[in-house]
Amino acid sequence: MRPAMQFVDISNRFDSKITVTNGKTSVDGKSIMQMSMLAATCGTKLKIRAEGADAENAAAALQELVENRHFDEPLP
Amino acid sequence: MEIKKGIAVSPGISIAKSMVIDSEDYRIPYRAIEPGQRTNEIRRLRKAFSDAIDELTQLEETHKNKGSQIKDIFAVHQRFLHDRSLQKKIADTIRTELVTAEYAISNTFREIASHFADEKDAYISERAADIYDIARRVLKQLLGKKREEIGQLKEEVIIVARELSPIQTASFDKKFVKGITSDAGGRTSHAAIVARSLGIPAVVALEDFSTIVNEDDSVIVDGNRGIVIVNPDEKTIREYQEYREDFNQLGHKLNTLREKPAVTRDGANITLLGNIEFPGEAQTVLEKGGDGIGLYRTEFLYLNKTTEPTEEEHYEAYSQTIKAMQNKPVVIRTLDLGADKYTQSKRFVREPNPFLGLRSIRFCLQNIMMFKTQLRAILRASVLGNVKIMFPLITNQQELMQAKMILHDVMEDLSEEHIDYNRNMPVGIMVETPSAALTAFSLAKEVSFFSIGTNDLTQYTLAVDRSNELVSTLYSTADPAVLRLIRTVVQDAHKAQIDLSICGEVASEPEYIMLLLGMGVRTFSLASPMIPEIKQIIRSVTMTDCNKVARKILSMNSERHITSYLRNAARKILPEAF
Repeated sequence: MRPAMQFVDISNRFDSKITVTNGKTSVDGKSIMQMSMLAATCGTKLKIRAEGADAENAAAALQELVENRHFDEPLP
Repeated sequence: MEIKKGIAVSPGISIAKSMVIDSEDYRIPYRAIEPGQRTNEIRRLRKAFSDAIDELTQLEETHKNKGSQIKDIFAVHQRFLHDRSLQKKIADTIRTELVTAEYAISNTFREIASHFADEKDAYISERAADIYDIARRVLKQLLGKKREEIGQLKEEVIIVARELSPIQTASFDKKFVKGITSDAGGRTSHAAIVARSLGIPAVVALEDFSTIVNEDDSVIVDGNRGIVIVNPDEKTIREYQEYREDFNQLGHKLNTLREKPAVTRDGANITLLGNIEFPGEAQTVLEKGGDGIGLYRTEFLYLNKTTEPTEEEHYEAYSQTIKAMQNKPVVIRTLDLGADKYTQSKRFVREPNPFLGLRSIRFCLQNIMMFKTQLRAILRASVLGNVKIMFPLITNQQELMQAKMILHDVMEDLSEEHIDYNRNMPVGIMVETPSAALTAFSLAKEVSFFSIGTNDLTQYTLAVDRSNELVSTLYSTADPAVLRLIRTVVQDAHKAQIDLSICGEVASEPEYIMLLLGMGVRTFSLASPMIPEIKQIIRSVTMTDCNKVARKILSMNSERHITSYLRNAARKILPEAF
C-alpha cells in the first residue's frame, strides 16, 4: 500500500488531472482507492498521463518516483 | 410479515417500532431507505469520515514514537479517509440504491477488498484485511452515534441487534425500550440477563433476524413463547394486543397472592426464593412475594466494566441487596463466568471446548487474588443480614475443600485486621455436574446446603449445547437420566439433613412443579416475575397428587412421554398458564 500512498501524495501536489492506465483500466492518480485497486505489482507496465497547467512538472515528479527512486526512498 | 422463533429469555409481550443496532464486527445487512432520507444518510456518511479522520489523527499523535510500520498503516488509512473519489462512490451507492450509509460503506469497502482478494499476488491479496480495517474505522463512528441515541430515546422502541454488549445495554431506559431481540445469545447471555432484570420482554438466538428487520419496521416481541414478528398484519396485531391484555390481567390477578403463603392444599409449606443479578431486583423479589434470594448471580459486577471490580464495589452491591432483604436469606453465588467472552478474551489461545474448560469455580481457583477479593466482600457483608455463600460448578471434593480453604484464609485475614464477619456463614454448593450429583452423599457432609442447577446439569448429563440449534431439541430436563440424578441429590440431601433447593430454569416452569414437589423438593429459587404463578400452582395441588405424579414419572423411560404427562397434569391445575 505504501507505493500507492507515495504516488497519490505526489499527484495531489499538482493541479493537473492525472490518469494512470495499466492497459485495461484507467484510474484517477490522485485516489488511493483507485490506485491501489489497479493492483500494480513489480514489472507491471503503467502509463501515466497528466493534463493541466503543471502537467510537465507532475509527470516529471511521478517519473522520478517510479523510475529513479523505485518507491524505495522515503518522501522528501 | 415474517415470524421467527428463538429462545424466550424475558417474559411479556411488546409491540413497537424497531430500532436496529448493527455491529462493525459483523457484516452489515442490506437496509433500504426512503428517497427522502438520502440527504440525511449522505450527511451521516460525510460526518463519519470526518470523525474517523479526527480519531485517527489523535491516534497517530499518541503513537508517534512507535515503529514506522504502524505509522505507515495509519498513513495509508488517512489517505483512504481523505480520498474524495471513495466518498463519492459511497454517496452514489446511497443515492442510486437507496440504502443506509452503514450498508453503502460496508458494501463499497467489501467490493474494494474483494478486488484484492482476487489477486494472485500474496502481498496484494493480503491488503484486503487493511481495507476492512478502514471500513471498521468509519462504521465505528456511525454505530457509536447510534448507540448514544439509545440513551436519549423519546419514543417506545424495540431494540433489534445482532449482539448486545454490556456497554450498550447499560444505557437502556425501561420507559422507552419495550423489547429486545438479539440474533446471538442464550438464556445466560448478557442481553438476556439485563432484559430480565429490567422486566423487558426479550427473545434471543434468532439467527439472522436483525438482517430481516429495517429501521422503524413494526415488531412484536413475544417473550413468553420466544416468537418475534416483523411487519405483522392487522389481524396478528389485534391478536397480540388481546394476548398482551390477557397476560397483564393474569399478572394482576396473581399479584394478589403476594401476602398468601406458598402452601399446598394438604398443608405442606414451600419456600419460594428469587434469582437476581442486580441489587435493584431485591425489591422485585419482595414485591412478588419471595421469601428471600436463593441465587444472587454476581457476574454482572465483572461484565459491566472493563476492569475487575474492587472489593468496595462488591461490598456496595451486596450490602445494598442484603439490607433490602431485611434478614430474609440471601444466597450469594461466587463468580460463575467462563465459556464466554469474558474469560476467553483474557486468553491468547481460545479454549477449544470452553464448556469443559477453565470456567466458574475452576477459573476462581486459578485466579486466587480475584477470588479472595470477592470472598472478602461477601464475608464483610455477612454481618448485615442472613447471608449464605455458594460455590458454583463443583465437580469433586477436592475443589470444594480448596474453595473452603481459601474462604478460611480470608476469614483469618479479616480476623487479624479486626474486621467483623459472620464466622458461621453457611457454605453451600451448586450441584450442576453429573459428578457432583453422583457423589452428593459425600459432598453433603462438607456443606450446609445444595442448590441444584438444572440448566448445566441437563447440558452436562445429556452432552447437549442448548444454544446450538442443531442439537438443542435433545436438551430437556425431563430426560429420565437428568431426573434420576435430581432424585439422587434430593435423597442424599435429606439423608444428610442439609437444605436443598432448585435454582435452575425448571423451578419457574409450571409443568415441572408437581414433579419436583413429589420428588421431595421444598425450596424453589426462580426469576421473581414467575413467583406468583408458581405459588398459585403450589396452592392448587396436594402432596398426595404430587407424589403420585413423581412415582409415575420415575417409572417412565421416554422424555417425550414424560413431557406430555407433565403438561397434562399441570394443565388441569392452572389452565390459563398454558
